[in-house]
Amino acid sequence: MINFMKYRYLFFAVSCFFLGFGFYFIFNHGLSRSIDFVGGSLMKIQIKNTDTNSELVANELKKVYEVSEIKKIDNEIYEVTGENLTNEEKEVALNMLKQVYSDTSLLSFDAVGPAISQELAKKTLTALALVAAIITFYVAKQFKDLKFGVAAILAMLHDSLILLGAFSFFGFYFGVKIDILFVTAMLTTLSFSVHDTIVVFDRIRELKRKNAGKELADIINLAISETLTRSLNNSLTIIFMLTALVLLGGDTIKWFAVALLVGAVTGTYSSTFTAVPLLLLFDDLAKKFKK
Amino acid sequence: MKKDVLKSFVFILLLTIFASLVAIPASSPISFEVFGKKIETVIGSPFKNLELKKGLDIQGGTQVVLEADMSQIAQEDKQDAINSATDIILKRVDLYGVAEPKVRSLVSDQNYRIVVELAGIKDTNEALALVGQTAELSFFLIKQPKTDDTNATVSANTGYDFQPTELSGKSLKKASAQFDPQTGEPVVALDFNDEGRQIFAEITTNNTGDSLAIILDGQMVMAPQIKTPIVDGKAVITGGFNIEQAQQLSIQLNAGALPVPIKVLEQRTVDATLGADSVQKSVFAGLVGIFLVAVFMILYYGFKGFLAVIALVLYAIFTLAIYKLLGITLTLPGIAGMILSIGMAVDANILIFERMKEELRLEKPFEVALELCFGRAWDSIKDANLATIITALILINPLDFRFLNSGGMVRGFGVTLLIGVLLSLFTGVLVSRTLMRMFLKGSK
Repeated sequence: MINFMKYRYLFFAVSCFFLGFGFYFIFNHGLSRSIDFVGGSLMKIQIKNTDTNSELVANELKKVYEVSEIKKIDNEIYEVTGENLTNEEKEVALNMLKQVYSDTSLLSFDAVGPAISQELAKKTLTALALVAAIITFYVAKQFKDLKFGVAAILAMLHDSLILLGAFSFFGFYFGVKIDILFVTAMLTTLSFSVHDTIVVFDRIRELKRKNAGKELADIINLAISETLTRSLNNSLTIIFMLTALVLLGGDTIKWFAVALLVGAVTGTYSSTFTAVPLLLLFDDLAKKFKK
Repeated sequence: MKKDVLKSFVFILLLTIFASLVAIPASSPISFEVFGKKIETVIGSPFKNLELKKGLDIQGGTQVVLEADMSQIAQEDKQDAINSATDIILKRVDLYGVAEPKVRSLVSDQNYRIVVELAGIKDTNEALALVGQTAELSFFLIKQPKTDDTNATVSANTGYDFQPTELSGKSLKKASAQFDPQTGEPVVALDFNDEGRQIFAEITTNNTGDSLAIILDGQMVMAPQIKTPIVDGKAVITGGFNIEQAQQLSIQLNAGALPVPIKVLEQRTVDATLGADSVQKSVFAGLVGIFLVAVFMILYYGFKGFLAVIALVLYAIFTLAIYKLLGITLTLPGIAGMILSIGMAVDANILIFERMKEELRLEKPFEVALELCFGRAWDSIKDANLATIITALILINPLDFRFLNSGGMVRGFGVTLLIGVLLSLFTGVLVSRTLMRMFLKGSK
């Protein structure tokens, strides 16, 4: 049997590396939020004209409204972010563009007012807090031990922070924005993370019952070696599905799938290599206190 | 024991046949060749009225969130006002000819909102203009008739003597867009109801020589001079409309005026081609993903894995059937949720298989190991999935808690995730257990 717990500080180091990486990006470059959370307008425009580029299109649009960002997301498709527009203002902008580029069509148009975006931000934070609270409570109750609950919630926090860090990185290099779908992916990550953690914890609890006198570290090693194949295999199937979705699923949900994928990977890692070593750490600390 | 297994096997078989009949499209032409002979036939679901509902992001359309300005409405009347505004907007989009419009009110704290979903319409601008206008029609008498300024707003400062009349949009029986027979100009013809006809006749009889201003949402559209008494209850508004404007106004007048002014808070429009393209891609991605999972399961677990793949295929069929039966609207995040849940659905199988290996390693007899692994694995499966179910429920927000998000893409994802998890418990445990009991022998 592999003595997994011997390497627990290595596991913590790996976690810290990724957390540090994430924090570095979050503190230096922040998170770029989509119009879902900051308000504004987002247009996807198709311009069938090979002689133009983002800058020229932006210059045209800037004559009519405040454009904050323009991105060429596909061969002929431009994504324009800007101030909040009414439907009439959108038409004005579009008609002006049509005068320059005759073959212009609007693929999608989103406009979010400031009232809505602030409200949404509040609601998503509530949802995140609610999920975290319910899951901690549930795990603690299920295992009749707060140590399990706290270890599970820290692993969840670890996954959320790594996911946030990853998207700060993607935001900086690829202009990806945090939108409502990202938050949805984050909530799903929370449940992923705890899903795997519970399977390992369940096994630890079962083995503890069977081997009453044994050291917790040994029990944990046994539990990990018994559940690791399952954990990896299950994650692999999820990773297959999500990778297919990232590579082939089209532009609209690409980054949503990426967020889920990052969540699935870190969720799998953290269950075995963050939550369980933390549990052991808490147990050691508790023993030291008793002495 | 053996008899029970057979029973559940037959049950699953029947369920699969039923689900397949529901899941297949209403009519799908099939052509194939057998021994050089071409056979063409159309198979179709016998449940033709069950269709997979597509969300706005897939079939294209517009979603608008409107906010009603309640500042002028007494607290106790606000709920009534939002309800009647919702009804009127629904009536308008119905008259405009939108198939299956969705209009619902959304009240939270002091915010009174209306969410309008218009699927598959070409001209969103026209539809939005239709929804957004209050369309409050009123008639004022002008005692000193001398104006052709059609844009003058009604106010005390204009110098004219405006006298309100009892005539309003409520006195209308019907409005319709027509063409003026002389000028060919589009006009809106008004047909008053009995009460309106009486008032109209009184006004025109008593005030011949004065002007009657027709005012729409505080803007004067026109103010024709009353030349002769009109007793047939018919009038015509010529406001320099084009035909679209005339049609729009008549729809608005027919549906009635909104009790409160509204403004657009949020708008999301997707072109149908973009949606169709995305769906095609994500469905293809899903199929590739399922194929990869199937290959992996069969390579790793052999015949057992093959049984799990069959359970997975049944899972996909059941999912589609449930979507159709419950009338779930499919959105792009919803499809992602479905694809994700397929990946998660094999988890139960993997848990069971791994558990079985362990029990066999302890040299328990095959039959015992088979039964033991289901019981033991079930505990973990149940606990682990509960967390996902909780998350899905928070995303769906079924009780419409005001502090949580409700509706839209998030709910779509939550619904498919929840159905996915519940169904995977069914197929992952019951279906694969039955299959394993039927087809796995101890020698394996």
